[in-house]
Amino acid sequence: MSEIPGELKYSKSHEWVKIEDDGTVVIGVTEHAQDLLGDMVYVEVPEVDSDVEVEDACAVVESVKAASDIYSPVSGTIVASNDALTDAPEMVNSDPYGEGWIMRIKLADRADLDQLMDASAYADHVEAEDH
Amino acid sequence: MPYIPHTEEEVRQMLDTIGVQDIEDLFDEIPQSLRHKSLEGVPTQASEMDVNRLMHERAAKDGQPLCFMGAGAYDHHIPAAVWQITTRGEYYTAYTPYQAEASQGTLQLLYEYQTMMANLNALDVSNASLYDGASALAEAILMAVRANRKSKSKRILMPANVHPNYRKTAEAIVRNQGITFEVINYDQSSGCIDPASLPAEPGDFAALIIPQPNFFGGLEDVNVLTDWAHRHKSLVIGVVNPIALAVLAPPGDWGNDGADIACGEGQPLGIPMSSGGPFYGFMCCKQALVRQMPGRIIGRTVDLEGKPGFTLTLQAREQHIRRSKATSNICTNQGLMITASTIHMALLGADGLERVALASHDNTRKLVEKLTAIDGVEAVFNNAYFHEVVIQLSAPLAEVMRALHAQNLLPGFALQEDYPELENCLLVCATEMRNDEDIETYANHLQRIMSKL
Repeated sequence: MSEIPGELKYSKSHEWVKIEDDGTVVIGVTEHAQDLLGDMVYVEVPEVDSDVEVEDACAVVESVKAASDIYSPVSGTIVASNDALTDAPEMVNSDPYGEGWIMRIKLADRADLDQLMDASAYADHVEAEDH
Repeated sequence: MPYIPHTEEEVRQMLDTIGVQDIEDLFDEIPQSLRHKSLEGVPTQASEMDVNRLMHERAAKDGQPLCFMGAGAYDHHIPAAVWQITTRGEYYTAYTPYQAEASQGTLQLLYEYQTMMANLNALDVSNASLYDGASALAEAILMAVRANRKSKSKRILMPANVHPNYRKTAEAIVRNQGITFEVINYDQSSGCIDPASLPAEPGDFAALIIPQPNFFGGLEDVNVLTDWAHRHKSLVIGVVNPIALAVLAPPGDWGNDGADIACGEGQPLGIPMSSGGPFYGFMCCKQALVRQMPGRIIGRTVDLEGKPGFTLTLQAREQHIRRSKATSNICTNQGLMITASTIHMALLGADGLERVALASHDNTRKLVEKLTAIDGVEAVFNNAYFHEVVIQLSAPLAEVMRALHAQNLLPGFALQEDYPELENCLLVCATEMRNDEDIETYANHLQRIMSKL
């Protein structure tokens, strides 16, 4: 079983969401997702200041196996992108919940967070998908 | 082993295994209205003798006129060695092989091709080619809309002096994706885009197309146009003639930052005109855009033992991996055509290519001098040109062309159908293949015909 930190929220498409005190959220892909994708070779992060809606494809992670879209779990405005991933995409593999973060979004509506799963619901979701 | 491996018995077994009655049932999701019932014009069989005869008759229809027509396909000299080598068994395949890495020779050739095209365009990367120049432009437009992350617009600024067929093809390919073209008119006296006529506040747009040379043969002010587009956060797509690049500034050097994408028709590089095809399209771009580039890309790498080798690279962009999110539905290239082109460029070298370009320009200059010395023949535009020029006749063009055709001479491309304002105007071209005598022949016939009308 891969690591699923208890303090984060999760989407069905395997993004994690960390809620910060300043009304922004940090988003990345889960350890389970990076494991499925394999070694990252490229990450395309979103443009800062662009607006996103829930389930917009706003970033791309490309591994040796596939290129996959990252869907925004919330609506809002991109306030930061992890440009370091351009040169070091492998951080998504090595530290998916830390240095491998992808983007920071200023929430348009906090209610979006209610649609996300907590750690135990996500663990069930992963297990259900595996079977 | 039979070439077609499925016997009726094997097909039956496979259908039984998956529980399907008939092969047709596998295609039942394709609506009947989209299906072509039968190929009525195609006979089921013909003998080799009959096919030979038919092909000779067809070939004879092309004739061997003295050619002063360009307009997108050009009559350049192709050294005999080019197709002699291209059709050797080792090279003579039309396709990227499915087990690509097993064919290191093919991949190396594609890699050399990409290197030559990237150098010619002064851009970082080239793909392994596309179908033709027109569809390459369509792909470049789709690419620009995807790649321009500073613009959400699907508006493309399209000069009217881009090849009319390219404009039609591009529109047919992209119009269902919500991409719109805004036409930029050319200046009536120069035939080129007048940078001063461009709006100060053009609004959001994804890309500006810059033809160099333009369809009328004229040379655009590419530096000013490129910088203007970049100031407005647009990408720049150069549509270029590869022969012209031997003497003109390559797209990668346009303006302060260079064009972002360059594309064009590869036919002038060793491909015979052969009734209009097959040709090939080329495309190059800046490194930053490579993941949005369509088509195959070959990379150089090392194997487990550290030996150099070639491989298909960046396949995650492609349809077989990324499905509907792929950069393009094109996962192939014009293998045979670019084999010829690569050999052609290797034989000519940079110096040879430059000599072809200069001789073509020189011959066109002589042609225009001779033709415009005739009463009732004038050059329409006053701008610098590469190897094509628009001339206007004071007589009905259709009649003059008929008379010239009767002399087995192809006088040029009549522009009025695509450009109603260019009445009795003819786009003429003289490549390095047209010598002084040919030019004299054209001028003499034209003078005689004009004097009778």
